[in-house]
Amino acid sequence: MGSRASTLLREEEIEEIKKETGFSHSQITRLYSRFTSLDKGENGTLSREDFQRIPELAINPLGDRIINAFFPEGEDQVNFKGFMRTLAHFRPIEDNEKNKNLPASEPLNSRTNKLLFAFRLYDLDRDNKISRDELLQVLEKVDVEQKMSIRFLH
Amino acid sequence: MASRWRAALFLCLLMVAYSLANEAPAHETTESPNHEDTSTGNETSTGSHDDGHGDSHGDGHGAPITTLPIVTWKWHHVTAPYFVALWVLVSWLCKLVIEANHHVTTYIPESALLICFGFILGGMIWGADKVQTFSLTPTTFFFYLLPQVILDAGYAMPNKLFFTNMGAILVYAIIGTCWNAATLGLSLWGCHQGGAMGDIDIGLLQYLLFGSLMAAVDPVAVIAVFEQVHVNEVLFILVFGESLLNDGVTVVLFNVFDAFVSLGGGAIDAKEIVKGIVSFFVVAFGGSLIGFVFGLLVALLTRCTKNIQIIEPGFIFVLGYLSYLTAEMLSLSAILSILFCGMCCQKYINANMAETSVETVRYAMKVFANGSETIIFVFLGISAIDKVIWVWNTGFILLTLLFILVYRFIGVFLLTWILNKFRLVPIDFVDQVIMGYGGLRGAVAYGLAVLLDETKIKEKNLMVCTTLIVVYFTVIFQGLTMKPLVQWLRVKRAAHVDLMLIEKVQNKVFEHALIAIEDISGQIGHNYLMDKWKKFEEKWMSWILMKPSARKQQDRLFTVFHQLNLKDAMQYVNEGERRGSLEFIRNESAFVDFKKKFGKEFSDAMPDIMADMDDDEDGASSMRRDPVPSVSLEMHEQNMRGLRGAEEMNSHHLLEQHLYKGRKQHRHKFSRSQFGINQDEDEVQEIFQRTMRNRLESFKSGKMGVAPPKTITKHAKREDQQKMPNGKHKGYQSGDEDFEFSEGNSASGYDASFPVRPSYIAGAGIVNPAFMPDLEDWSPVHIPPWLADAELEEDPVAPSERAQVRLPWMRGHLHRLSSLRSSTRSEEQPGRRDQLPPPPPPPRPDREEDRL
Repeated sequence: MGSRASTLLREEEIEEIKKETGFSHSQITRLYSRFTSLDKGENGTLSREDFQRIPELAINPLGDRIINAFFPEGEDQVNFKGFMRTLAHFRPIEDNEKNKNLPASEPLNSRTNKLLFAFRLYDLDRDNKISRDELLQVLEKVDVEQKMSIRFLH
Repeated sequence: MASRWRAALFLCLLMVAYSLANEAPAHETTESPNHEDTSTGNETSTGSHDDGHGDSHGDGHGAPITTLPIVTWKWHHVTAPYFVALWVLVSWLCKLVIEANHHVTTYIPESALLICFGFILGGMIWGADKVQTFSLTPTTFFFYLLPQVILDAGYAMPNKLFFTNMGAILVYAIIGTCWNAATLGLSLWGCHQGGAMGDIDIGLLQYLLFGSLMAAVDPVAVIAVFEQVHVNEVLFILVFGESLLNDGVTVVLFNVFDAFVSLGGGAIDAKEIVKGIVSFFVVAFGGSLIGFVFGLLVALLTRCTKNIQIIEPGFIFVLGYLSYLTAEMLSLSAILSILFCGMCCQKYINANMAETSVETVRYAMKVFANGSETIIFVFLGISAIDKVIWVWNTGFILLTLLFILVYRFIGVFLLTWILNKFRLVPIDFVDQVIMGYGGLRGAVAYGLAVLLDETKIKEKNLMVCTTLIVVYFTVIFQGLTMKPLVQWLRVKRAAHVDLMLIEKVQNKVFEHALIAIEDISGQIGHNYLMDKWKKFEEKWMSWILMKPSARKQQDRLFTVFHQLNLKDAMQYVNEGERRGSLEFIRNESAFVDFKKKFGKEFSDAMPDIMADMDDDEDGASSMRRDPVPSVSLEMHEQNMRGLRGAEEMNSHHLLEQHLYKGRKQHRHKFSRSQFGINQDEDEVQEIFQRTMRNRLESFKSGKMGVAPPKTITKHAKREDQQKMPNGKHKGYQSGDEDFEFSEGNSASGYDASFPVRPSYIAGAGIVNPAFMPDLEDWSPVHIPPWLADAELEEDPVAPSERAQVRLPWMRGHLHRLSSLRSSTRSEEQPGRRDQLPPPPPPPRPDREEDRL
């Protein structure tokens, strides 16, 4: 899988992704092999079923919401770039000045963008507002129902 | 009245001690073999000669009797054990007196007070005998007092926290200790060369030897001081873990330098040094291995002890002690051995033994550990009052003190700076200061000092004296100032009760989100290793080491209890809502009813939970309790609307109880005098089962033939189902390495028809009824009957992953479950995309019940 992965991902793409998301080269290749391993249909994109196939997500109360977060509005497939874009939100915040050379937009892993991501977790209907029902839904899930992340180790 | 009582106690204490001094002193050590002690000068095993007041001998053995004595005075018979018992009693009485004055103990750590008591007692004895008849001998200390402390430390160790920080702990323990030893030894030698110490006869090697015995941070002292301070768990585990693991290094260094001193300076060449380094690895790993083996032995043993539940608890102590002695016999690290024995067997003991036995073990451990600690400190105090050992050398002593502090801080800062490059959560400066300040030396250093060979080391008394002074300084002075320092520096503390409710809930949300992302990206860093270990452990070790009944038992009973719990909770919530107030929360009888109702039936199986229910009523510390969660959302809603005062506390407490914990939540469970009951694993299983059950129920609500829950049992092969295309089962691959359910499942012939999960609607968020809980009031209430019915089945519906791998025979379940899920997902058709499945319609439960 490894060699195939690197041939399918071209250098310039890696550079683009690196610039956009801030991941390092090795991280990108590693995530790419993860991407391809998830991609059963081998068409270069992931669909929701591919995500749902991950067993741990089924028992995570927020699993489906996270999955939705990968798919932009109205789409059903996510390519590698989109995959990385979402994952980039979870990189540690860099408080140093390295990112100043980026264009006006903040890096994907800035605090604001992280908060935006979290906001979108709550905002199910994507109207940029969290209604009371949406809040209740989240809380219920986290508290009562499937909030089982069973891998919390003793 | 209380003060009078206390004064009376104190007087009793003094009288007992005085009478001890007046008796013919047969020293404790005479009962234990003295071959370990090379230096008898301080031991005062010769104390028996000091028989000035020995008028108690009465009739000697040899004198022929002339008439039948009705009663004889047989002091000589009982001397040794009598003294042991008396001293234990005296030490514990000291502790009693101390604990009676709580306002004092908040400022002065107990250990310091105990040492002071030791001074007083030692003074009295010395005043009576003119020689110190009792002191802390290495044999007594290393063989009879230290093992139980370490065993308790290992048994109560929060394993997850420990292993997560293992890298940092190892760095501090190994490199830090070596650094301390080397720098102390070399600096002292340098000062000696510079003439700061006057005329003493110590060579470089001896300085290094001294450095090595002074280097080790002492676990007993760390526990004693840190326990009252309640710093955050990471800080605590770093200091504590370091103090435990550095024994491996200390033993090696001490032995190596001791041997070098014996060999003399000339015989040391590269070969010896290499051997020294190799011996470190052998000693450390060998000791740990022995401990591990003994831990496994304990686990295996407890698996078979069903019929001797009365003495079941004893095994851990015996085997623990044996592991200590075995390691000592093989000249490996005994502390590491007994530590790992305790750590290794925790889990299996809790699983295999009966609840009463588990409780007994816990209590007994605490008794022994606490008791030993008390005795250690008292004797540390007593040992000081001995003119023989007092050799004062200002330069040596003061410089040692100075260097110990300075190099400790330097070492900590240096190592932390290096570590922070690799840690995700860096250790901040304040924590480092506390870590440096918390490098307390204690009885271990003293014990090693007394073990020095007087013939080879002329200045042994000086070293012993210095060690004692250092110990007193660290324990008393640093212990005294630790708490104010922690407060002044505003170190992050352990308790988090200030979090607002909404914050707590949000934290949970984020935790789960992070965990999901970790799963998606397949990168879980060091957790991956832990995962692998867990898998291995649960597959092989639990299989061998845990009673089959323990593996099975957990699921079923918890499920039953849990459903009934849930049902009741829902009812209470609904009732409370109806009444429109939070009164029902404050209604303690809610909890009491549980206990009354279920106490008898379930107290055998789950006294933990029952005990927790008991304790709930005082709304006590939320840190330690996480009993069965069963509160629905409505309660939280109300919590967040109007809280004040007692209500707030109650609901904080409730919330803390009932929130599920995410994966990363650590709980600091180590405390010398209190211990909470660990609910983690049980809770996990319950939660998961209920979750899966609910989810499967919602699955049914979706599309195709609704399968009754019965189908999801082990013997699933129901006739009355619609077939799902079996080809889809096989479509399920597991390409990713994180997939924890085993493959090749489709053959199990599970052809229950599950409804297809409707597709997600892009942008519409959650659509899947599986994840959409019923918000209506009645539906939760309806679930329990369904669940209760399902419970009638032989096996729980869907065991948690943990349960799954603990119950290998049930692994088939989860295969089917997962294959089911995958097949449902793959069934999606584009056309479905736009449908928003209605929320489960009201008739659904009826439908279910029809089918049941």
